Amino acid sequence: MDNVLNHIGIENYIFLSVILFCIGVFGVLYRRNAIIVFMSIEIMLNAVNLLFVAFSTYHQDANGQVFVFFSMAVAAAEVAVGLAILVAVFRNIGSIDVANLKNLKG
Amino acid sequence: MSTVLIIFYVLSAVTLSTAFMTIFSRNPIHSAIYLVICFFSIAGHYLLFNAQFLALVHIIVYSGAIMILLLFTLMLMNLNKEDEVHKPRLTRLGAVFSVLATCGILLSIFLRSKPIMGDYDTTGEDYQSIKVLGKVLLDQDNGFMIPFEFVSVLLLVAMIGAVLLSKKENSAK
Amino acid sequence: MDTTLALVLILAPLFGFLLNIFFGKQLGKTLSGAIGTFTVIVSFAVTLYFFLNITETNQAIQVKLFDWIAISDFKVDFGFLLDHLSLLWLMFVTGIGALIHLYSISYMHDDENMHKFFAYLNLFVFFMISLVIGSNLLIMFIGWEGVGLCSYLLIGFWYKNQDFNDAAKKAFIMNRIGDLGLLVGIFIVGFVFKTIDFAELKTIVLAGTMNNEMWITIAAIALFIGAAGKSAQIPLYTWLPDAMAGPTPVSALIHAATMVTAGIFMITRLYFLFDLAPLVQDAIAIIGAITSLVAATIALVQTDIKKVLAYSTVSQLGLMFLALGMGAYEIAVFHVITHAFFKACLFLGSGSVIHALHNEQDMRKMGGLRKAMPITFITMLLSSLAISGIFPLAGFWSKDEILMTAFHGNPVLWVIGSLASIFTAFYMFRLMFLTFFNDFRGTEEQKKHLHESPALITFPLIVLAILATVGGLISLPGNSWLNHYLAPFFPNKEHIAHALGQTEYILMAIATVGALVGIGVAYAKYMKQNQVPGADATFTGISKVLYNKYYVDEIYDAIFVKPINALSNFFRDFVEVGLSAFVFGFGKVANELSFQGKKLQTGSIGFYLFIFVIGFCAIISYLFIEL
Repeated sequence: MDNVLNHIGIENYIFLSVILFCIGVFGVLYRRNAIIVFMSIEIMLNAVNLLFVAFSTYHQDANGQVFVFFSMAVAAAEVAVGLAILVAVFRNIGSIDVANLKNLKG
Repeated sequence: MSTVLIIFYVLSAVTLSTAFMTIFSRNPIHSAIYLVICFFSIAGHYLLFNAQFLALVHIIVYSGAIMILLLFTLMLMNLNKEDEVHKPRLTRLGAVFSVLATCGILLSIFLRSKPIMGDYDTTGEDYQSIKVLGKVLLDQDNGFMIPFEFVSVLLLVAMIGAVLLSKKENSAK
Repeated sequence: MDTTLALVLILAPLFGFLLNIFFGKQLGKTLSGAIGTFTVIVSFAVTLYFFLNITETNQAIQVKLFDWIAISDFKVDFGFLLDHLSLLWLMFVTGIGALIHLYSISYMHDDENMHKFFAYLNLFVFFMISLVIGSNLLIMFIGWEGVGLCSYLLIGFWYKNQDFNDAAKKAFIMNRIGDLGLLVGIFIVGFVFKTIDFAELKTIVLAGTMNNEMWITIAAIALFIGAAGKSAQIPLYTWLPDAMAGPTPVSALIHAATMVTAGIFMITRLYFLFDLAPLVQDAIAIIGAITSLVAATIALVQTDIKKVLAYSTVSQLGLMFLALGMGAYEIAVFHVITHAFFKACLFLGSGSVIHALHNEQDMRKMGGLRKAMPITFITMLLSSLAISGIFPLAGFWSKDEILMTAFHGNPVLWVIGSLASIFTAFYMFRLMFLTFFNDFRGTEEQKKHLHESPALITFPLIVLAILATVGGLISLPGNSWLNHYLAPFFPNKEHIAHALGQTEYILMAIATVGALVGIGVAYAKYMKQNQVPGADATFTGISKVLYNKYYVDEIYDAIFVKPINALSNFFRDFVEVGLSAFVFGFGKVANELSFQGKKLQTGSIGFYLFIFVIGFCAIISYLFIEL
């Protein structure tokens, strides 16, 4: 069976993942809507997962894919709890603008 | 240019542009739709690698469960108005600067680690079919059985936590 | 077998201490006293076994328990050395200790903290035993400090009286000065000889290869300071008279018979070192002689019965140091033993008197007790005769030997020692006449309650009086069992035997006549003329100076205490203020920095995320990018 990387090249996946990750970082820093921030975090997670799979193929080893599986499970748990928190926050202060969440101020 | 490379470029273009649109769309519902497309394109990448299992799980978990959850939350909060105020200019500049820094640093790290390029191994062995992955995942001796069980506990705890957090507080009444 | 017995010997009193200190209240007074006494009797029995053993085999027993300290080639074992000297010492430490424990059962019976008293006494015996049988200087030092601690605890036993507490503190601090000397001495010995084990030290020194004279002299000086502190010699003697604040059995056991002789024990243990430092020996002899005379003169006019005995103790200790300085170690040991007998008896007798008079210690309010307390009177009379040096009681032999040695060494010292002896006879009989003869001068109330003490008190008195009478037999001139016994301990010493020539008989006669003159003057003054010392204010001239102990306490106060107080005040008022400002400055800077740093905590999640990303970049660049 042919290795798909022979056609594409690992460096292209590195570029793709890094750019995707940076888009995620940018979203986290740039947006104030907490749900969009959440989506950005998902994008970052997926960028990492993609790179994992790419290197899994690069090394012809299934462990990378298993790791991605676990990271997906963790992401699912994180989204469930995170969104529940957001709902609770929204119910309390009527907004999910992160700029309004200043109760952590020292 | 082989067909595979063309597919890769097309998929990458879709991935990056929808990810970008997710962040820049002012309507959260639109963001969610873009994100779904982005996730599908990533599933396409997985298929390109012939990682069928991950592609399936990815579509089920992300495009299915997580996106539905996000959309429900959005509708629950009634946030489809485009009422978001922009952050101050300084913050935006800082964001751009730090993103560029992150990008540069990550790229330089990966490229300096000098992965072998051009000629890639092919063992010919089946290492990523659903059958093999299942064995790797659930093998008791040198597999990932214990972590797998822990993940189930984690999901259970997350579920309980989510229910508990989003429950309406009755104590006030 | 020997190891087990040695452990029993030393641990029995410790066991008694633990039992009394933790369960004393529950045990009740009688049982607590019985346990305290029994443990010491056990120690005495074991000592007796070892003692009889060594008189037969002539072999010192060394018990090594474990390696204690090992630093490269400097090793200290934890072990015991049961040789001729330490067993002899143990005999009277545990023997008199057991008698005094027995005495205390009755004497302390009315005290609510009796179990504590027995706990401390037992602890004292434990430390005294470890002092005596320690196989090296460090274990001896442990015992040395331990007996100091017990002395402090027991002097301040009636802690509700502030004067007693002050006396306890004074004793402790005075002893600390001496202890520092001892510690320095131990350091120097360890430094010069690379060992502090007695047996090894002796071997090294007797081999004669060591001629580091300067350091040995310094070590001997330091060790002598330690001995002077513990054994109350000039200039560190002032704590001992004040130590009489403690209960009388304590004065008898610790401040007359055992602890205060520790200095003499230590010097005898290390006699080979002092032999190499003749200058220090001379100093010891001179200081001993002066102490003996000074203390005796102070004792002449004291009115507190225990103070007289205390100064008498200091004076007798001075005589022992005189003997040590002359190199006559076995004679010093001889006097230590006889002194332990008669002085313990005298203290216990005075305790009996004080007990009968309900804690009256002033001799001006006594008198005529002879009829009411015949046993106490007779035992004390025998002991007084013994300490005055009347033939053929114990004190005669030992004191005479010291004076003879002094005469052969330096006639001036002999004159001083003889004067001290004459004074001794005078003040002892002054005490006897004031206490036991003529009419009772106390209140009618006390007179009604005058009684002989119970058997538990009189029994130790009788035993000690008998010992004080016949104790001299252990070392008769010309045929000395003691010298013979100790000969293996002094392998390099020739047997100092005073041939009983004409000179010796003359000296004996002079000493006896002197003692009789002292007694006679006391008789004329206090018996015939029935004089009683007046109130404190009536003392004039020399007797005022003597009554106020040459104002030594006041002089020390002016020279040492006041300047140190002033210095401390200076440090408190100025230096500490500066230091505090410096130390608090750190706190203030930290406080201010964190106050400023607090402002970073804006509470804005966006800002936190920004910092987070920057930090992330910084960390991965640090980890992965090599510059």
